[in-house]
Amino acid sequence: MLEVKRAQKTFFRDTPNERAALNDLSLTLNPGEFLTVIGSNGAGKSTLFNAITGGFLLDGGSITLGGEDITWLPPHRRAFMIGYIFQNPTRGTAPSMTIEENLALAYSRRKKWPLRKGVSKEDNSFFREHLARFEMGLEDRVKDKVGLLSGGQRQALAMLMSTIARPRLLLLDEHTAALDPAAAQNIMRITDGIVREQKLATMMITHNIRQALDFGTRTIMLEDGKIVLDMSGDERQNMTISRLMERYSRLRVM
Amino acid sequence: MILFAGSLHLGLIYSLMAMGIYVTFRILNTPDLTTDGSFTLGLAVSAALTAIGMPGWGIVCGILFGALAGTVTGFLQTKMDIHPILSGILTMSALYTVNLFILGDRSNLSLLGSKHLFSMAAAAFPNVSKDVTRFVAASLFCIVCFAFLAWFFQTHLGLCIRATGDNDDMVRASSIDVDAMRIIATSVSNACVGFSGAVAAQYQGFADISSGVGMMVVGLASVIIGEVFWGRRSVTAGFLSAICGSVIYRLIIALALKSNFFPAYALKLVSALIVIAALSLPALRGRLQLSSARREAKRHARG
Repeated sequence: MLEVKRAQKTFFRDTPNERAALNDLSLTLNPGEFLTVIGSNGAGKSTLFNAITGGFLLDGGSITLGGEDITWLPPHRRAFMIGYIFQNPTRGTAPSMTIEENLALAYSRRKKWPLRKGVSKEDNSFFREHLARFEMGLEDRVKDKVGLLSGGQRQALAMLMSTIARPRLLLLDEHTAALDPAAAQNIMRITDGIVREQKLATMMITHNIRQALDFGTRTIMLEDGKIVLDMSGDERQNMTISRLMERYSRLRVM
Repeated sequence: MILFAGSLHLGLIYSLMAMGIYVTFRILNTPDLTTDGSFTLGLAVSAALTAIGMPGWGIVCGILFGALAGTVTGFLQTKMDIHPILSGILTMSALYTVNLFILGDRSNLSLLGSKHLFSMAAAAFPNVSKDVTRFVAASLFCIVCFAFLAWFFQTHLGLCIRATGDNDDMVRASSIDVDAMRIIATSVSNACVGFSGAVAAQYQGFADISSGVGMMVVGLASVIIGEVFWGRRSVTAGFLSAICGSVIYRLIIALALKSNFFPAYALKLVSALIVIAALSLPALRGRLQLSSARREAKRHARG
């Protein structure tokens, strides 16, 4: 589904601050694969996400998504193929618009004529049906402004917005880090359900090692813009938090 | 009564502009200074075409030229990456020359003796008082503009524009073209402003190159006054409140002038003061709350 080939990105080139954020990084992700990404600050996790979404262009290498080369595609042209959830719940939703309007924006990427009605009747019932599954009571508040929702509710809404149009790839950038433990757990349950149901290729950045091992099917660790650890199957099953922490600290010292 | 009727007419005509201002100021969250220029542009185009016997086209072209001016500003803001405020000022400044050109290198064009929409309406209904025909004509323009905007901002495109003003980050991460949305919104806004100028020219029967000075502040004042009465709810309610705000603004000004509370030339100063007062209110309230919270905390610490 996603193929990153020999990605190279250097920031502040030819200055004393020169830093290789992505260093000849290659990664292949299959449909239905749920990859968790760990690594210390500045390891290149967010840079990798940014490269995939088109936040900047690569210095070298290529990115293909679903067989299509997107290396040079502007961000808004790739966006309908990629669902992205930010750490900050306020970033993924428009506060002064209603729940149904937010969802309509996300959903209508699939339809064409720009001057059609923003939220149709069918849309409304379709959204309510999806919202009801979160069991947060959001289905009865579709005409409420999103600014009135709690962080967890906004993140759940963002989750639905990013996946309702069936993207090829779902990127989660520490999307539970800003939530309280209960809300975080709930969002992870929702995430897991959606990923399984849609068989989405998913990448999740997290600083929570337990989360990295508990969820998903594969885990990679980044350091200095490279993949230094890539585990799946039995190796990942048998990995414990303490052994992984050991790897972390060893890398740090190096 | 005359005072009331006149304010009502003017309020309705300038409400077209107020709705345009609402689009940039409240929906797009980017104040747009093109307004001063595009108002005069609509005025000049409308007057020039009315003078040669085409008042209907005067309105249509006023709208189109306004939209064009907005497109230029939007283009400078997005594709050329010039600061939004400066982009507006640049277009406004350039429009001064354009407007003089349209008026035929004159700073004033009188429509005395030319047929225009308001005189035609009066001629069509000779039994009805002029105040009423003027009111009906102005209301029709206002309703058309309101209906269009209310519909437009419920369409998919409208939702995309509102989201752009509401959360730029989110829109950037979605498949919406942010630049295109900004250009379209600025264009729609200035189309309304041009519309307002075009109608104003035919209502007052002349065009003057300096008519647009301070128009943006007048529009802002109308939007803000409307919000005082209506609060900030949905977008459709926002346009309605802009209309009411514009009428109320005209009434306030007319009453103040009538009672010799201030001279006519103080109008712009008063408008500016209204806007300043309204915009600084949240900050002042915050400071007041902070100081009272401090006093409370001190008392608590002593207690």
